[in-house]
Amino acid sequence: MTAPAGRAPGRSLAGPHPLGGSDDVFVGRGADVLLELRDLVKRYRLPRERLLRAAPVVEALRGVSLSVQAGRSVGIVGESGSGKSTLARHAMALETPTGGSVRLLGRDLHALAPAELRAARRDFQMVFQDPYGSLDPRQRVGRIVAEPLIDASADETRQRVAASLDAVGLRASDAQKYPHEFSGGQRQRIAIARALITRPKLIVADEPVSALDVSVQAQVLNLLADLAEQFGVTYLLISHDLAVVDHVCAEVAVMYAGRIVEQGTPALLFRAAAHPYTRALLRAMPADAVGADAAAPASARVASASDVATTSTASACAFAPRCAYRQARCDIELPALRPLASGQRVACHFAESVSIDAARSSGE
Amino acid sequence: MYARPAQSLPVRSVPDLISRSHPLPPSPSPPPETPSAPDALLEVSQLRVTLNTPRGPADALRGIDFSLARGATLGLIGESGCGKSMTAMAVMGLLPAGARVSGSIRLNGQELVGLDDAAMCALRGNRIGMVFQEPMTALNPLHTVGDQIAESLRLHKRMSRSAARAEALRLLDRVRLPQAAQRLDAWPHQLSGGQRQRVTIAIALACGPDLLIADEPTTALDVTIQGEILALLHELVADSGMALLMISHDLGVMARMVARLLVMYGGTVVESGPTAAVFARRAHPYTRGLYAARPRLGTPTVDGRKPRLVTIPGRVPELIDLPSGCPFADRCAWVVDPCRAAPPPPVPIEPGHAARCIRLDAVEASA
Repeated sequence: MTAPAGRAPGRSLAGPHPLGGSDDVFVGRGADVLLELRDLVKRYRLPRERLLRAAPVVEALRGVSLSVQAGRSVGIVGESGSGKSTLARHAMALETPTGGSVRLLGRDLHALAPAELRAARRDFQMVFQDPYGSLDPRQRVGRIVAEPLIDASADETRQRVAASLDAVGLRASDAQKYPHEFSGGQRQRIAIARALITRPKLIVADEPVSALDVSVQAQVLNLLADLAEQFGVTYLLISHDLAVVDHVCAEVAVMYAGRIVEQGTPALLFRAAAHPYTRALLRAMPADAVGADAAAPASARVASASDVATTSTASACAFAPRCAYRQARCDIELPALRPLASGQRVACHFAESVSIDAARSSGE
Repeated sequence: MYARPAQSLPVRSVPDLISRSHPLPPSPSPPPETPSAPDALLEVSQLRVTLNTPRGPADALRGIDFSLARGATLGLIGESGCGKSMTAMAVMGLLPAGARVSGSIRLNGQELVGLDDAAMCALRGNRIGMVFQEPMTALNPLHTVGDQIAESLRLHKRMSRSAARAEALRLLDRVRLPQAAQRLDAWPHQLSGGQRQRVTIAIALACGPDLLIADEPTTALDVTIQGEILALLHELVADSGMALLMISHDLGVMARMVARLLVMYGGTVVESGPTAAVFARRAHPYTRGLYAARPRLGTPTVDGRKPRLVTIPGRVPELIDLPSGCPFADRCAWVVDPCRAAPPPPVPIEPGHAARCIRLDAVEASA
């Protein structure tokens, strides 16, 4: 695979955009907050199980507030069903929230007319997990990469496709090829080139490297870091892999059952996690990924999600049934996301004692 | 600083179950290497598989040798295209049409290479159980979970419908699918990823196989679910005495699950040895590159950004383009001319630990 585009120190964000084209997309760059989710709620109605019974409702998001600042990529971690992909789909305006708002550069995405939304989409693009499923096998790479461009001339399109492919370490001549001619890592580069072509400020990446081999994953992670630096792209990165999030993001939000349960810098969260669930995630990491002795036995984890009854009421902490710190209060009072003295925000009544335990065990 | 806590948290809901099933490090004693070991369950020697590619025949496996003792655990690690899944497919007799196999695969002393389809079908799902990566595609969406588990019981064990159903329920309990009795009639789409993987494990276990082949069984699952499934597999292997051939690209998974490890690249085993020794020594340059390429939690930032990950230069060559000498030569920092002349032989490092590299001393000196 071609080496990723090297760091180009001469390229700065001021002046002509390195991907070419006019500069008007940078209107609003002064606004520090790129994406703002406020009290986002999403309920899905499931198919009726019985004719005369009300259809069951799943609350995928239960009031998520999150803001992404330009230049500070945010990682979302959590298990499947935690709502992290639903969050990503809302950030991309692919879903309409049941409640709350999604504001990108100050505009409420869900209040925009379809045409305006389409125009606004150039500011935010998405990279999906599966580089095999996300590229149309019957289109040439050039056409795939150019797809997000609207109203660009043929000449400009060609130039920008070439620039975009160059930015991800592919050749301009690759535009003539079909996706099947590329390896998984190269396909993911094509997907990233497609996301880059509109010169977005925000790229929502849903598990962008989890389908890739270890050595290719390293190349793509390096590429993501380079692009952030060269083009000022900020990522909203969804991943189950804490090490990937740690590598790319300045901030991490841990989701559980549709809520953010802990948020802070990776260094803080991974050193002194204050939510029992964050600690459980860290402990589930394979030992050698945390730099510990590879053969060390994993210590006990929390109760399995599938083993506990999920009958939590709306007022209870959703993690309580699996939690070792559970007390009566957890079942009657929903813990709010609150700041801790150490700097992170956490939704747990007993965060102080959790973080003391975390610090103690990591110091050992 | 990021070390795993030594003490476990008390778990309230299912304390015993989870903490007891916890993946202990596998027994440190490696299984005997000699193919003539009396308790060898699976012996693979000089296995070569040649595939027809659009550009002509290409060797997918270039002489694989290993043996797996009854009840032992062995891992195949490597990147896509290295031949790890191909090795498993060869053992299961599921190679793509047109593949030519030479060498020998013996299970319980029975030669599998050249076995006809009917005889292979009698082994597959019966003596050999399989768990694949993606539980949704491994399960048939048009049959209930119970029927799919019962299928192999009825086929191989000639069980009656009701006996097979009762056995399916017992298996679902064994893989700890919650509310197993209700789930027997559930459809695959009604289960979560982890639950589906439990079902595929139940299917693999149904006939009490001697050998369980698990091909990336947790890659599609969440971190905490992955831990549960690995713990379950580990416990089942320990309890039932079946041998485990595990395929993964994940070094961490391997560290937890297998006593011996084969690192594969370009259709050859480039390093083999006890898991802990392979991780500690990382004798082969490829093993070293694989280990260094992963992001690690808690890497300190320099100037507000993480240091670049160490990547292996170049890319995995296509099978047909593999160099005739050491397959890793074109990407290796230690390459010298003799590397390209002939495939390097396995060079012993310690008893039971070998690497196919003629520059082991130089590689080690540079660490």
